[in-house]
Amino acid sequence: MRQTPLHDEHVALDGRMVDFAGWRMPIQYPTGIPQEHLAVRQDAGVFDVSHMGQLRVLGPDATAFLSWATLNDPAKLRPGRGQYSMLQNDRGGLIDDLYVYRDVDESFLVVANAANVDAVFGHLQALAVAPTPGPFRVVVRDESDAWALLAVQGPSAATKLDRLVDADLTAVRKNRLVDTTLSGMPVRLARTGYTGEDGFEIFCRPVDAAAVWRLLLEAGVTPCGLGARDTLRLEAGFPLFGHELDERSNPLCTPFAWVVKDKPAFGLETLRAGGCPRRLIGLVLEGRGIARDGYRVLDEAGGEIGRVTSGTVSPLTRTSIALAWVDAAHADEGTRIAVEIRGQPVAATVTPPPFYRP
Amino acid sequence: MKIPQELRFAASHEWATEPADGVVTVGITDFAQDQLGDVVFVELPEVGRQLAAGEAAAVVESVKTASDIYAPLAGEVIEVNGALLDAPEAINTDAYGEGWLFRLRVADAGAWGGMLDADAYAAVAEEG
Repeated sequence: MRQTPLHDEHVALDGRMVDFAGWRMPIQYPTGIPQEHLAVRQDAGVFDVSHMGQLRVLGPDATAFLSWATLNDPAKLRPGRGQYSMLQNDRGGLIDDLYVYRDVDESFLVVANAANVDAVFGHLQALAVAPTPGPFRVVVRDESDAWALLAVQGPSAATKLDRLVDADLTAVRKNRLVDTTLSGMPVRLARTGYTGEDGFEIFCRPVDAAAVWRLLLEAGVTPCGLGARDTLRLEAGFPLFGHELDERSNPLCTPFAWVVKDKPAFGLETLRAGGCPRRLIGLVLEGRGIARDGYRVLDEAGGEIGRVTSGTVSPLTRTSIALAWVDAAHADEGTRIAVEIRGQPVAATVTPPPFYRP
Repeated sequence: MKIPQELRFAASHEWATEPADGVVTVGITDFAQDQLGDVVFVELPEVGRQLAAGEAAAVVESVKTASDIYAPLAGEVIEVNGALLDAPEAINTDAYGEGWLFRLRVADAGAWGGMLDADAYAAVAEEG
């Protein structure tokens, strides 16, 4: 099991450590998941996301290559900007979802999920040398070990971080990336995140990670674990690869179809030809209980129409929310459906995410 | 981890008070609530329901997981802690007090003495 550079910090804070995608990670601290969640919604929280992978794509054809390899359009990125994207296979599904940052002209930093780094790296390498429209003049490198990654999220994130970094954060707008220093340490700062709140992701050297972490805690930022990261992203309506998205998911049938841009891309024709017999929806339960991953979704007559992929009760609103793949006939906003919880149907309504807006 | 000496315990992490006029109060242990994490929903049994010892009687749902709660003794449910429907977090903050789940009129008051005492339960909890 691998450890992030912040492992000892988590243990010192009495974090509850679990195995996640091959890493020892804190699921929560003694504060508890609901309080960590509220800290991010109302103030600021920090997450260790150093388990995530960083790949470098560079070379004269880097833009053309990533335009072919991913579903969003990296050609639209000016240097110092990033975009949410997806990596597709040619069988009508996905390999991972990604964040793609262009740092300089023909150099991109690609952030992948921990469980998928090897698959993403292997796929990009193979695709780069494949003929038609390649081979591309690019190098793909796995830089995951070179970076620690901390996410500082919440309405107070900018204020608290501003005192620590050199950069003028008002100039670092959403989806921008800058190189700066944090208390003298070199960091790469992106105004991105996975909680639906304003916030930043701080790429730093592994050797500096503990110092950055402690400075943030001293600034009054609440340490948060993967449990709150999951409830926050679900409330914000973001997908988690392995739950909402997988190798069979057609992104065109999800609320994230906007990612797919109209340009030639590997596997895109297969995605388009697939149509949408099922769709990814949000739902709000009217009864009590939590619609958990794998629970059956029913129509009003009690027939199975799909499965829940993630569910929780919002610590903020106390409503019970979930994402689910269902037959397209039951996917329209307002459709009355049910989720089977311990053998009983609990009424629900199709409700497009996000379930919360800052 | 708190394990009050005056209670008896089930290996499935429920506690029961000593029968008074044939009635015991049941809840989950401090160890159990700590393992579950923050409780967000509770499903309680119907008053009047007859429970066998070891029968699934309630559900405590945390952010992380849903957990069945078993009747530690056979008996009839005579009261449930309705306050938990609005304030389930009492199970986390006061597992042996405000966080009680239901009261049973037990069929055999002597069976309570056969449950785990605090020391025996501490050994169970230590094994996880």
